[in-house]
Amino acid sequence: MTFGKKFNTANLVLVFSILVLVIVVAVPVILIFITAFFENGKFNLAGVMKVLSDPDTYQALLNSVIIATGTTLLSTTIGTFFAWLVARTDLPFKKTMKALFLVPFMLPSFIGALAWKVLLSSRAGYINKLLMAMFGLENAPIDIMSLGGIIAIESMYLFPFVFLQVAGALERMDPTLEESARISGAGLGTITRRITLPLVMPSILAGALLVALYSLSHFGVPSILGTEKGIYNIPTKIYERIYASGGSFGAIRVGTILSMILVIAAALILKLQDVLLKKGQYQIIAGKSMRPMVLKLRGLKVPLLIISIIYICITVVLPTVTIFLVGGLKTYGLTFELKNMTWNNYLKIFQWKMTKDAIWNSIYLSLGAAFVTMLAGTMISYVIVKMKVRGKFLLQFLGVLPFSLPGTVIALGVILTWSGKFGVNLYNTPWIIFVAYIARYMAFSIKSNSASLSQVSDSLEEASRACGATHWQSLKNIVIPLIKPGMISAFFLIFLPALRELTTSVLLYGPTTRTIGVAIYALNEDGETVRAAALASIALIIIFVGETIIRKFLARLDQPRAKVQE
Amino acid sequence: MADLQLSGVSKSYGTRKVLDSLDLTIKSGECFTLLGPSGSGKTVILRLIAGFETPDEGTVSIGGTVVADAKRALPPEERRIGVVFQDYAVWPHKTVFENIAYPLEIAKTSKEKISENVKKAIDQVGLKGLANRYPYQLSGGQQQRVALARALVTTPTVMLLDEPLTNLDANLREEMRFEIKELQRKTGTTIFYVTHDQEVALAISDRLAVMDESGRIRQTGTPDEVYEHPVDEFVHQFLGIPNYIPFEIRDGAAHISAGQDDATDLPITEAPPAAFRGSSGKAACRPMDIQMERGTEGAGMLPAKVLRLSLLGPIVDYLLEVGRIQLRAQMQTEEALARGMIIEEGCECGIRFTDLRWFDAKGEAVR
Amino acid sequence: MSQLKLVDVTKRFGDVIAVDKLNLDVEKGECFSFLGPSGCGKTTTLRMIAGFEDLDEGELSVDGKVISSSFKKYYLPPEQRDFGMVFQAFAVWPHLTVRDNVAFPLQIRRRPKQEIAERVKMALQSTGLTHREENYPGKLSGGEQQRIALARAIAINPKVMLLDEPLSNLDAKLREEMRFEIKDLQKKFGFTIIYVTHDQAEAMALSDRMLVMDHGVVQQVGKPLDIYNKPANKFVFSFIGLSNFIPVDISEGKATIKGAAGVASQAAPADAGLRTLMACRPSDIDFFERDGGADPHAVEATVARRTYLGDIIDYKLVAGESELRVQKPRREKGPLEGERCRIRFNRTLWYSAE
Repeated sequence: MTFGKKFNTANLVLVFSILVLVIVVAVPVILIFITAFFENGKFNLAGVMKVLSDPDTYQALLNSVIIATGTTLLSTTIGTFFAWLVARTDLPFKKTMKALFLVPFMLPSFIGALAWKVLLSSRAGYINKLLMAMFGLENAPIDIMSLGGIIAIESMYLFPFVFLQVAGALERMDPTLEESARISGAGLGTITRRITLPLVMPSILAGALLVALYSLSHFGVPSILGTEKGIYNIPTKIYERIYASGGSFGAIRVGTILSMILVIAAALILKLQDVLLKKGQYQIIAGKSMRPMVLKLRGLKVPLLIISIIYICITVVLPTVTIFLVGGLKTYGLTFELKNMTWNNYLKIFQWKMTKDAIWNSIYLSLGAAFVTMLAGTMISYVIVKMKVRGKFLLQFLGVLPFSLPGTVIALGVILTWSGKFGVNLYNTPWIIFVAYIARYMAFSIKSNSASLSQVSDSLEEASRACGATHWQSLKNIVIPLIKPGMISAFFLIFLPALRELTTSVLLYGPTTRTIGVAIYALNEDGETVRAAALASIALIIIFVGETIIRKFLARLDQPRAKVQE
Repeated sequence: MADLQLSGVSKSYGTRKVLDSLDLTIKSGECFTLLGPSGSGKTVILRLIAGFETPDEGTVSIGGTVVADAKRALPPEERRIGVVFQDYAVWPHKTVFENIAYPLEIAKTSKEKISENVKKAIDQVGLKGLANRYPYQLSGGQQQRVALARALVTTPTVMLLDEPLTNLDANLREEMRFEIKELQRKTGTTIFYVTHDQEVALAISDRLAVMDESGRIRQTGTPDEVYEHPVDEFVHQFLGIPNYIPFEIRDGAAHISAGQDDATDLPITEAPPAAFRGSSGKAACRPMDIQMERGTEGAGMLPAKVLRLSLLGPIVDYLLEVGRIQLRAQMQTEEALARGMIIEEGCECGIRFTDLRWFDAKGEAVR
Repeated sequence: MSQLKLVDVTKRFGDVIAVDKLNLDVEKGECFSFLGPSGCGKTTTLRMIAGFEDLDEGELSVDGKVISSSFKKYYLPPEQRDFGMVFQAFAVWPHLTVRDNVAFPLQIRRRPKQEIAERVKMALQSTGLTHREENYPGKLSGGEQQRIALARAIAINPKVMLLDEPLSNLDAKLREEMRFEIKDLQKKFGFTIIYVTHDQAEAMALSDRMLVMDHGVVQQVGKPLDIYNKPANKFVFSFIGLSNFIPVDISEGKATIKGAAGVASQAAPADAGLRTLMACRPSDIDFFERDGGADPHAVEATVARRTYLGDIIDYKLVAGESELRVQKPRREKGPLEGERCRIRFNRTLWYSAE
């Protein structure tokens, strides 16, 4: 018989978890804050204002807002329209269309931007050339390298955020909510206006805010389509300053000041989303499965289907084909005739050191980071969700913090923390990217694992204890098997984005630690468009294969036998 | 088999004191039910016995040995108790066999013995042939049986059941209720059953305790004792439709309180018990103890008006107005039909009280 | 005067006939229930009356006016049928206040503001929700939400109210309460009620008349007491109330239970087939004293289980090869567990075992 409380072990785990989060998340953020507001040890608000009122940085701020606003509005409109089309009309081939609308998610938007630059840049864009020839124009009719262009391209690849949320809400909505409106005398128009739309609004807004947050923090598209023309947003401006000054501390400081703006904006957006979701936390999910009211499109059916297909072609097929074709050109600028094409570039990708290293770096960095983040996230989630210890609110706060930190900010924070300040200098090593990834994705891992854990009801663990199993045995036999699917899907949902990201690693890479995203970007910057396209094509293949394999794997995991009961 | 004892147990959550110096003894081998409204703290008692909570004051003992006090507690895995949870807590990633085998595996039992005992348990609860199914392939009732079998397979001395039948439909509830009782009789395990459903409590218990919202035990006894001789109004109304009849003592006899402006005199023929003190109180008559006739002639008959008649299948339920109070009377449909007692709403009839319970002004029973 | 009339109404889902040639006349002001197990077609029928499903064959009319007909190829959509409807999951709009919920059908009909305000007030008063006007449904309990749904349905003073298992999501005590509230509302406003439920006690307590349905086919229509007393077939007998089905041997009008001493009934039907079941309600079986004289109608049995249910005592008896159930009020002290006893069957019905 052993008497005693498991007091010590629980507290130990709590302390360890807090330590992890502090080192990985809190310290970088604090350092950013300090660097921004304190100059030479003194609180210097004037310095901050000076930076903010500098016309150059001010313009970047303004652009960020314009781009984010435009993208949000456009994405929301497109996303809601297609969601409604798929969920509430008798559009044919719905299942396929729904899957196709989600494909833009798979395409890294900066690769899309690259393709569109090739097609619609004012100087050498292929489509522009075509239109100029067809209509005898002197100047290119469309210049994609503009604010409008950035907004359009970002919207193309961000609308799935809204689409998913709204389609999901529309599909899950309790049909009797609309039926009771019908029997009360309302026609379809009134029902949509007074019942459906208001009830779905929280989902629309949630998606829209996500788009806004993403757009503000985004590096890839604005850098490919804007930097050349001097159009900057905050992340690209930060990059430009640091790059131009060769990484001087002054530039980093400007970066931190601008980062604070990003952080505040992000925090506001997240808070707004939280408030909206709580307010709109309507129980609109149906118990019985009945078909919701569907609008008969009649004459509009075929035209709308065609529009949808054209949209998919333009946003998905066209850029992908372009990238592959350009990657096969002997020289950029040539027409797409067979005599101008070669396999050479593709082969070279696997021979050339720079690209070979980049691919390898991305793979092992994202695999490693995903693995570590998954484990750490699981442990921390367990403390938050299941343990009854005091002080876990600290973990909850620290855990959610990175959500509001854009990749650029995390990169800066990581630079400040790990460049020798505390005796450890990881700059220019792959480790600094590794640490940045962990910080970046930790919040997601915690959120995802917390969700799986909260679905495992306490009584399942208690039943195991009542059967004679110790706490650890219960964890091993009951809890972990039940959350394993959640853990694994969290792993892949970190691995894939990390594999293709650019925003964070672009500030942290050294000559030997390029990632795929950085390599493509660098090649584009150097004017090596064809090589960039070839690498981008390979990247697309890796991503596509990866996503497909993983999706099938996850689908097999998700079988009923592993379904968790609440 | 073991007995259970809680002595002077107190438990608080924050500022809310859920249990206050509670004493409870459950005899070895008996089926004991703790009956009380939701939130009364009865589940807390179960969790204290199981070891998922520890007492702030007092001691918890199993089989004569103290397993928990304010300072130390034996962890749940060492208490050798079977627990059946309200939501079954059947593990979705294990088959029926694996679920039931788990406690034996933890105890490092040999493979052959495990197979033997698990098969026996499966037969015992009527799940033959389903050993390789997963919980998602089973109905609610079947999952409940898996939980039962799992709790029984180690032949524990004590079993704790936390409202295991609430999530089942009426027919299944009845069936499972019988099965639990049967199992208990065969194995002689001490059972501690927690519920808010008085029907279950009355049906399965050897003894039961009625608890109120503040965590105080009002009465303990056999179902018969508690139903026939409730110690106060709370117990009486918790176990069934109370039908309280407020009365005043005038000229040595009880009269239904009709209010000052009502001249009708409604005497209650049955006299209050000799020990009754005070000039007013409540009498109570169970619905089936109200005798009904078409007319009001006859000794002890009082006039009543039928406000509502409901056919509830085998039972006819009457909402009656007697003076200014409303009472519910019931009789079996067959009897109602045979005696022509299907009375139209609004019509008069005669009633007589039998087998009254008496409560004084403080709400305590007087016998 | 018939208010709602269904003629040969049929509905198919693929190969399955969900509702098979249903004919029905509901009187004005009646409370009429559809009762049956899940999947029997009662909800489908209600939804056809409401207009959410259209009938494949047949005709549906209200107050003499046709609202859906396969013969005349006519279909009036739900929003024009002027019914009040209450759903099982309440279907109360969470983003509108209680008042706005109730006012909605009146606003759709473009009633003048004054009228809307008056009707809403009256509807809320009738359902006891006056002090909840400004609240949002999310803050209210299940029972209160259902009352919002009721208020919303009666606000337009409909002639017919459709209720689709409105009380299933509420707990037992509340169900009983609200049952009577619905009846009171009907008395006050005088509308006709069509009530769908799988709970026979509820149907019997509420209805003036009811129909029992199984697999799309109507088994019996009538007053609750008549259906209870004279069930048309085995299904109705077993669905309504508790039942015993006892296999018996019949010879010369006498029925005996295999393996049990004594005669169960002397009124067995002459033309009974080989496999006949004697049906009897648990409350229709009486106990006799052990040595209380040789009653020709008594059967010997043993008490296998005696369960105390408070007011009622439930017995499981074994008579020969058959098991049966008896329920008696507690004041009739019956035999104890394990004891032998003699029982008499008071009312019996006879069904074929097929």
